[in-house]
Amino acid sequence: MTLNKSVTFGGVALGDELPKCHVPITTTLITAGAIATRDYFPGHHDKDAAQALGSPHVFMNILTTSALVQRYVEDWAGPACRFVDMQIKLGVPNYPGDEMVFSGEITAVDEDKQQIEVTLKGKNSMGNHVNGSVLLRLPLQ
Amino acid sequence: MSDKPWLDKIKAIVGQQYGKVYAWDHVNQPMIRQWCEVMGITNPLYLDEAYAKTTEFGQIVAPPAMLQAWCLEGLHMNNYPPGSTDENPYEVLKRFEAHGFESVVAVNSDLSFARYVHLGEKLYYTTILNDVGDEKVTALGTGYFVTLVMRFYSEQANGADEYVGQLTFRVFKFAPHQKPTPQTDDAAPAVPKILRSKPGISQDNAFFWEGVKARELRIQQCQSCEALQHPPGPVCQHCQSDELSYIVSSGKGSLYSFVVMHYPEVPPFEYPNPIGLVELAEGVRMVTGLEGFAKGELAIGSEVELVFNEFEGELTLPMFRKVGA
Repeated sequence: MTLNKSVTFGGVALGDELPKCHVPITTTLITAGAIATRDYFPGHHDKDAAQALGSPHVFMNILTTSALVQRYVEDWAGPACRFVDMQIKLGVPNYPGDEMVFSGEITAVDEDKQQIEVTLKGKNSMGNHVNGSVLLRLPLQ
Repeated sequence: MSDKPWLDKIKAIVGQQYGKVYAWDHVNQPMIRQWCEVMGITNPLYLDEAYAKTTEFGQIVAPPAMLQAWCLEGLHMNNYPPGSTDENPYEVLKRFEAHGFESVVAVNSDLSFARYVHLGEKLYYTTILNDVGDEKVTALGTGYFVTLVMRFYSEQANGADEYVGQLTFRVFKFAPHQKPTPQTDDAAPAVPKILRSKPGISQDNAFFWEGVKARELRIQQCQSCEALQHPPGPVCQHCQSDELSYIVSSGKGSLYSFVVMHYPEVPPFEYPNPIGLVELAEGVRMVTGLEGFAKGELAIGSEVELVFNEFEGELTLPMFRKVGA
């Protein structure tokens, strides 16, 4: 991330689309993501345990999904953006070997608060892993 | 009242509040750094002290999406740090387990941030059992949506603890449809991949799909009255003759009508998904996928042309795109 790449409030408009982002889903990302978020539920790091639960493999935890949503939005907006609110809803699981593609769009602009709402989704080969919306405050310039 | 007395008892505790659960560790750089490293986050606000000093915070702050992680108990379930409540904020889930709803999956995480937290802050949260829904049947199984609201605070030396954010966390507590069969060998089930449905091929429409394989769009034609018809049928819909053949379409047409599918999103299609009723130059109409139109550009009467698209290397479909796209 370059320091001077921040998106400004004046530089965006309702309906603007964020560039898509491809996230390879690996066993490493799922297990390391679960541990980095202090989530030791066995289905996130132990394949045998995941299979005993009826899953083909370990599956991503919701805190890693939240982190990836944060990454998608701030990689676009830059370090000067500030998160106000982040709402996500999970759909199909993320399993190793898949790929999640994020897409997003500016769906609301609040002139008074210098805030925008980004509505986004992360789609894998089985459908939408995550749908969400993020409220973001942007710098004026 | 429901017809399940045990459920009424569970619902009776909705609104219950649970005491503080502390974070094991103060907000700290090593945990932030490892979290950022794994998630692929490079924002200097969380990692670079010199940069962070130039911001309104004047110091490094934690990534907002980490909020819940600070206060998780870690490896041992319900092993909360000293000073935490003796109650189990998740007792409602235990109660469901007693009635056969053993599995749990997180469904919603709604985070709101009153402010960012910085290095050295000691966080805790309190919990409210906000809602227990009615019984629902989903793709996973039968169960109940349970909503917990956790309010996060930063402990202050003067006792005036500061509210920093809130998490509304919704889980589905359920009994799976089928008991999973534990794997006994190394052959893991494949991660499911959802493909487009294949066409149902019958004696009546086989010529059409053979044409698609040969990259021809075939339109059924009656040998008796020469009328065209689509979709293919067993007899001519004009004269009821069963003497049927076909012609090959020019692939030119115009948009007679269209619909754009937004919801529900069904894999493996891309959304928004434009679907057209194309009037072919030969006179018949065909329902087909559309491509090459920008958002808001679809219009009745638009000129379209035939394309053949291959999916997964084993399915070819005729579709139509905007002329010149």
